[in-house]
Amino acid sequence: MEISSKLKFANPANNHGYEVVESINANKEGSYFKTIARRFAKNKVAMISLVLFIFLILAAVLAPVISPYPPNKTVGNFEAAPDSEFHLGTDEIGRDVLSRLIYGARVSLIVSMGSVAIYVIIGTTLGLISGYFGGITDATIMRITEVFMSYPYFMVILVLVSLIGPSIWTVTFVLGFLGWPPLCRLIRGQVLYIKTIDFISAAKATGYSTSSILFKQILPNVLSIILVNATFGIANAILTEASLSFLGMGVRPPAASWGNMLSNAQSLTVLSMQPWRWVPAGIIILVAVLVVNFIGDGLRDAVEGETK
Amino acid sequence: MKKYIIKRLLIFIPVLFMISIGAFLIVNLAPGNPVDMYVSPDMTVEQIEATKEALGLNDPLIVQYAKWVTNIMRGNLGFSFSSRIPVSTILSQRVGPTLLLMSISLVVAYALAIPLGILSAKKQNSIVDYIVTGLSFTGISLPSFFLGLGLIYVFAVQLKCLPTGGTKLLGVDGGFSDQLRHLILPVIVLASQFAANMIRYARSSMIEVYNENYIRTATAKGLKPMQILKNHGVRNALIPIITVIGADIPKIVGGAIVTEQIFQWPGIGSLMVSSINSRDYPVLMAITMISAVAVLIANILVDIMYAVVDPRIKFS
Repeated sequence: MEISSKLKFANPANNHGYEVVESINANKEGSYFKTIARRFAKNKVAMISLVLFIFLILAAVLAPVISPYPPNKTVGNFEAAPDSEFHLGTDEIGRDVLSRLIYGARVSLIVSMGSVAIYVIIGTTLGLISGYFGGITDATIMRITEVFMSYPYFMVILVLVSLIGPSIWTVTFVLGFLGWPPLCRLIRGQVLYIKTIDFISAAKATGYSTSSILFKQILPNVLSIILVNATFGIANAILTEASLSFLGMGVRPPAASWGNMLSNAQSLTVLSMQPWRWVPAGIIILVAVLVVNFIGDGLRDAVEGETK
Repeated sequence: MKKYIIKRLLIFIPVLFMISIGAFLIVNLAPGNPVDMYVSPDMTVEQIEATKEALGLNDPLIVQYAKWVTNIMRGNLGFSFSSRIPVSTILSQRVGPTLLLMSISLVVAYALAIPLGILSAKKQNSIVDYIVTGLSFTGISLPSFFLGLGLIYVFAVQLKCLPTGGTKLLGVDGGFSDQLRHLILPVIVLASQFAANMIRYARSSMIEVYNENYIRTATAKGLKPMQILKNHGVRNALIPIITVIGADIPKIVGGAIVTEQIFQWPGIGSLMVSSINSRDYPVLMAITMISAVAVLIANILVDIMYAVVDPRIKFS
């Protein structure tokens, strides 16, 4: 483990040897993030993805306004094919598939953003502490991350969520509490490096408190890493929630989730005769995860200063 | 080197101990009692208590844990709650199909992904690169259940040329070709995910290598591209690739939960799902524990491989 963390290119998804030097001056923080934004804006794929993702967020927020029907009410015939009235058809008890898809966006976004917010807070705090204090604190935190990272991720989530009781909140919290170790290690490594740079010893010498050094001096320098990691984290969380709900162990009916809408397609009748009940949900998961991954990729390139 | 391996193995022991506590707590602290699954509504309170006593669920947690760990160290994984068969027997029935499916998928995935990643890096920002990168992004973003269902829809329902699931035809002995036909769809699903991930790492590490000065020197002195790749490039690009392989290998043991479920593949992954549904704690703890040990061992092997590949890495 010690060795792998020294290899800066061990993980292209979130660890690509970020250049701290250019961000090191806290006063230039604003202009640094402007530079990242400017570089990001040049990336067409990432910009289109960002626009699509904003549409998705709007759809989730405005779900009650834009849904043609209430998501959990029987409004039409059972298992009706798409027509002018129900654009994506109806499900086994006559609920409108399109409306359920729109409400499903809420579930996806709440779970993914909620769980990422939780693990970013835990991972950042522990990573800062671990890297800054070193010694026994560091060793203990690192052993804990090692234990966490030894469990097969999806397996443990599945066991925990289903034993605690599947719901949107269980999924959010379990994903949040299990997701922090990789970010923690990443930040720790970065802090170890930042610590060696003069302005930290200067801050110490001038009598800044430890918490002010940690959160006001060091934190701004790892924000870009957090941002990139969190973006990929959102994409993963959308996929994980969908998989759990597909297995019937995540968000459960009657609540609509993209994953549980595909569950029915495990029956051969639905799969072969009623494609409207599973194809749109599958496509929307793919698109949502894809755009978030593209945003993450664009952000990473922008942070690394790659010009494409 | 020897010293380093011994040191790693010594750290292994406390981590293993913590993992066992974790695996035990994850399963046992969750609300809901497994007995609820195994009592019928007409049982009396005394009978329910007797069942609990028989399953050892009345002991304090620490006693239950101690019993479990000492049994594991003797190689005894306990008995399944739902079938009363030894857990080791159940696992040995399930591990074969999982090993077969996962190892074929990994081999197929790497055989495609590593050359594609290298190609993509070599032709950076060309059409080929965009297609490969686009495919790999789609691969990591595509939910395995959607891909699986889509493949079943196209090849089993519409074209009727491949089976929907299982490992072989029931009732008749279809032989090797029949087994192969059952493998195709699940292997496509799993391999596309492993490959999509590997392409990204292979590509980015090769790009890094191509930008190194010694590669430029080699090109300048007129070496052929294949020679450069073989003698200079690959060794250095191997580190991230080893990291990915190290993360993939433990999955050979743990199986693929969603894919096995869709294709009714009788492996460890689908055993996991059925054990969760029946709250079969001994089976759940055993699978979690074994998978975690597999991850730990893979980590150690990866660290050793780093040193073999790149002698500059010094162990301390």
